[in-house]
Parts: sequence; C-alpha cells; structure tokens
Amino acid sequence: MAIFLTEASKVIVQGMTGSEGTKHTTRMLASGTNVVGGVNPRKAGTSVAFGETEVPVFGSVSEAMEKTGADVSVIFVPPAHTKGAVVEAIQAGIPLVVIITEGVPVADTAEFFALAQDKGVRLIGPNCPGLISPGKSNVGIIPADITGPGRVGLVSKSGTLTYQMMYELRDFGFSSAVGIGGDPIIGTTHIDALAAFEADPDTDVIVMIGEIGGDAEERAAAYIAEHVTKPVVGYVAGFTAPEGKTMGHAGAIVSGSSGTAQAKKEALEAAGVKVGKTPSETAALARELLSA
Amino acid sequence: MDLFEYQARDIFEKHGVPVLGGVVATTPDEARAGAEQLLGPDGGVVVVKAQVKVGGRGKAGGVKLARSADEAREKAEEILGMDIKGHTVHRVMIAAGAKIAQEFYFSLLLDRAERRYLAMCSVEGGMEIEELAVERPEALARVAVDPRVGIDQAKADEIVEAAGFPTKTSPEVSAKVADAIQKLWLVYRDEDATLVEVNPLVLTEDGEIVALDGKVTLDGNAEFRHADHAELEDAAAADPLEARAKEKDLNYVKLDGEVGIIGNGAGLVMSTLDVVAYAGEKHGGVKPANFLDIGGGASAEVMAAGLDIILTDPQVKSVFVNVFGGITACDAVANGIVAALEILGDEASKPLVVRLDGNNVVEGRRILAEAGHPLVTLADTMDGGADKAAELANA
Repeated sequence: MAIFLTEASKVIVQGMTGSEGTKHTTRMLASGTNVVGGVNPRKAGTSVAFGETEVPVFGSVSEAMEKTGADVSVIFVPPAHTKGAVVEAIQAGIPLVVIITEGVPVADTAEFFALAQDKGVRLIGPNCPGLISPGKSNVGIIPADITGPGRVGLVSKSGTLTYQMMYELRDFGFSSAVGIGGDPIIGTTHIDALAAFEADPDTDVIVMIGEIGGDAEERAAAYIAEHVTKPVVGYVAGFTAPEGKTMGHAGAIVSGSSGTAQAKKEALEAAGVKVGKTPSETAALARELLSA
Repeated sequence: MDLFEYQARDIFEKHGVPVLGGVVATTPDEARAGAEQLLGPDGGVVVVKAQVKVGGRGKAGGVKLARSADEAREKAEEILGMDIKGHTVHRVMIAAGAKIAQEFYFSLLLDRAERRYLAMCSVEGGMEIEELAVERPEALARVAVDPRVGIDQAKADEIVEAAGFPTKTSPEVSAKVADAIQKLWLVYRDEDATLVEVNPLVLTEDGEIVALDGKVTLDGNAEFRHADHAELEDAAAADPLEARAKEKDLNYVKLDGEVGIIGNGAGLVMSTLDVVAYAGEKHGGVKPANFLDIGGGASAEVMAAGLDIILTDPQVKSVFVNVFGGITACDAVANGIVAALEILGDEASKPLVVRLDGNNVVEGRRILAEAGHPLVTLADTMDGGADKAAELANA
C-alpha cells in the first residue's frame, strides 16, 4: 500500500508535449511510473517516443481515460492555461489530478477546487512537486533516486525540503512522500495526507513539514490530537522570516501575529507531535521512533 | 501586492463603487492645488491623509482636516516625510470631506482553510476590525462566498441581513449597501484581488453610501492578465537591492544579518535562514542577510546575478550556498558558481561556503574542488555549512 498513488496507477500527462512535460515524462517513465498517455488536442492520434516507450497522445482527457483506463492526470501546462486543463480533467471525472504548475492565479485555483469538490475529484497542488510512492509510481518532479520504499510517510508544502528530508532518512525509505504545494489554496492539505497515512498499513511514522503563513499546521495539529494514533514528527520552516514579506511561496507570509513558525510549532507540540528545530534534528527524531 | 489607499480608491471608482473625490500629492504645493480643486468656490473641508501601507496612521497624526487650500498645504507639509511605524510618508491623498452619519465595515478575502472566499461585514465600522472580532465577535458577520458564483444580489442581501442592517426599517440604506458590496465583488474578481476591505464604509448625512477608506491586495500570480497592474508597483519604497533583484527576476528578500544566503526552493531557503540563525548564536549572534531562491534552473547567469546582488550588500560578511539538486543538477550549480566568480572577478571578495547534495552531487563537488577558488569552502552537510558560514561572518 501507499497513499493516493500505487503500482496500479495509470497516469496521463496534460502538457506532455511541452518542454517541461517532455522532460518530466522521461523521468517519470525511468522511475517506473505507468504513463499511459498524453493529452494535446492539436496532436491527437500521434505518439511520442521516450526511449523504447511509445506514449500515445489523445485529444482529450476523457478520450485518454476511455482508451487507457487512466486514473491519474499530472499537469505541466503554463499558468494561463492551467485552469482550463484542470477543469477538463475534473469534468472527465479522473479521480486524481496533480498540478505541478507554479504561478496559478489563486482565483483560478479557488474555482477549480470548488468544482473538484462537487465532482469528488482529489487535487494535489498547484505549485507542488507531486508525489512518489517509491518503487511503485512517481507523479511529478520528485527525484526517484534519493531513496527507496520504506515505512515513513511524508507530507510537505515544499519541494526541496521534501528531497532534503527523504535524503536525511534515506536508510529507512518511504511509503509515500507527498508535496502539497505552497500556494494559499491547495487541493490536498496536510490533514488529507495525515488521514491517508493513518489508514495506510504500510506507514509506521509520519513526518509533516510545514512553513510560515496561514494556519494549516495549527489545523493539522488539532486533527492529529483527535484522529492520528501513529507517531508524527514535525518541522516548520521560517522561524526567522520577517513579518509582511512573502518568502518565495505565495502563501508563505507572516501577517501580524498570525502564521508564525513559533505558533505552529507550539500547536503541533501541544498535539503530541515532536518538532525538530532543523531538518537534521527532525530526521533524528523520526529515526528514534523508527528504531524503537 | 498591497495597494495604497489612493490606488484602491481609483480602482473602486473604476468599478462603480461609490467614493469621494481624492487627489494624490507628493509635495505641499500639489496638495494645495488638489485641495483647491476639491473645495471649489463654496469652501468646505478636505482631509489630508498619509499614504502608507500600515494601519494606525490616524493615531500617529497622519490624517488631518483642512478648511482651506492653504491649510491643506500646511497639513501636507507636516505629514509628508513623517515616519509612521517605520514607513516614510512620500505621498498624501487630499480627500473630499464627508458628513458621516454612520460607519460600517466590509471585507472580502481568501479563506485559506475552507478554500473559498469569505465576506465579513458589520454595522459597527470604524474601529480596528481585529479588535471587533475579539471583543464582539457576534457583531461581525462572516458569510461564505462560492468562488464560482461570487456576490450576486442574493448573496449581497444575505450579507447585509447577517451584518444586522435594519433591512425592514431602512430598506433604502440596506439596498445601497448591497449594491456597493456587489460592486466590491467586481473589484475582487476583475482585478484578481485576494483582499478588498472597506473600513469605514459610511452612510453620509445625505443618505449616501460611500467607501471612505480602502485596502486592496492584488494576486501577483495573476499579473499576466493585468498589464496595468505593473504601474501600481511602488518602486520607490522597495529596498534598492530588492528592486535590482526583481529586475533580474530573482526571488530575493533583504534581511538585517551578515550571512548571505542562496538556495533552491522556497522551503529549503527558509529552512536555511533558520539553520544559519541557530548557528549564528554560537558565532557572535550573526544572522541571515537575505532570502534568495534561485529556483529550478540554476544557470551560471542566475547564480552570477544572485551572487552579484548578495556580494554588493555591504552588510554581508560571508555567503552560504545551500542546494539540494532535485531537478537542478549539482554540476550545473557548481559550474554556475565558478562562472559567476569569474564574471565578478575582484568584486567577489567575501568567503563562500557551498553545500551541494542530490542530483549529480559527485560531479558538482569535483568541479568546485578542481576550480580551487580561494574564497570557496565546500561543506558536507547543511548544518556544517551553516556553522562554517556563520563562523566566517563573525571572523
């Protein structure tokens, strides 16, 4: 088992024929992902060769689903076209849509998130690195060679911190690592991932990485206190971030006294989560639990 | 991007939100001319308002009444150049005076938790809304807004009702407020705002509804469909290094410390700032000097541009480059550093600690070791690199 993504997942790529899409489709295939098609109405009926693998291009998401049984779509289209692509995927009823694109207007995300909720479609992202269930499937841009399968579940707002934490715990391996993205509105939250890891028999320890801005970590802490029985280790980035400055991610901003790393750390600790001051200290806390 | 009040006023006017006349001025003479224009032959009163992106300017003496153009000039002279909570006043807005009968509150914003929009409205306006929310939460109506529908007539009526407007006894006022709220939705939607706040929204003695003060935040991600938003940028207020970084499309934030930071990915860079600050506690209290995320494609040019900005910050004593190669290959980063140091030549005079891990790390470290630049120290871990950089900054 793993969360959201397994060896059975059949993946299509919206934006596969663009430069980012091509580059990352190559990498996804190399890490064993079952990529069954791309979508581009102008190139429908053709196919793209990735080494030995010929990946067919379909005219629409619904056509791709019909012909391949795809159940995951990953989106690599530019911000101006992201809403259209996501709406198409949701309307087609594909169960999981992973949106890698950075720079999507928040109004567009708010609209397609509302639609996804109505249709029961799970979104991950936007502005995220995607997710990997090592040894099974890899959707997005997370490098597959950092570590292999194991019993740690990881959920993080940040891409490179995901890689850093996977690297720190590379000797243990991961059931799944999910990058949920740093935008103000995201499709899958820490809580969604925590719930999935709690239910996943292959996950023993959960590592949760947050950052300044909003109150998602505080809400996750409340959820953990109520619903999570597995041990959770936490890390929050941005203790030294000044008020009122956006730190790279659109959602990473301390406004007045809200959204601070300190408040998030305290909320998590109150929920029984062990919180590290640095990535290495966080990894050490997880290591203790895993070796126990 | 947060807008100044006068910019919010102009955008309100553009979308039909009722506002009073307002003229922006950067000198006392301009303020005088503006007041003359607003006062007209019959006299009356204008308000001279400091334009700063921070609350509490009234208490700080940044808002003053004037009964003549000359008095407006005088007040502008007092207010221009004033420091309000660390913000220097470069502009004032001369606003037409209003005869206020009652003050209300309205805002529309992102609800990050519920992932939709939230309208907040109260018949008790004027005071700090954070105070009202704490002291009398029942007086502040919170109404969910579906992003696909927005605020139509029905939603506006719902908000007005929830806020406690006397819809039965004074239906005209309620109808005018509902109308203004729908216009404010147009501002939110058509300008890609993430916050539209009016405090106070006033009822004048003549029975008109007017947005007297406005706060608007625009979504930077939506700039591609708003060419006109670029001119709202306050270039003068930006830190000069931040302004230069923006020109080069670098994600840079100036901080107060001594250790320059370059990394890839927002989360890792934020984390690097923290780790450097902790390490600094052991080295004379040195702190990070900046946030700089070079993102995915760390070409030599991007690295050079980043290093150039950091090295020209006179506060910087050492630099920590912390890269975890995911998509970014460490050999490209290493080549970028070597090329950047070559481009910068003698301008590069501060020690650099470089930590590389991930994609192609062996080759990346080999390139740096081979180049053997006297300023560059290689670190094996993020913690070790932070410690070394802090130590060098304190030397």
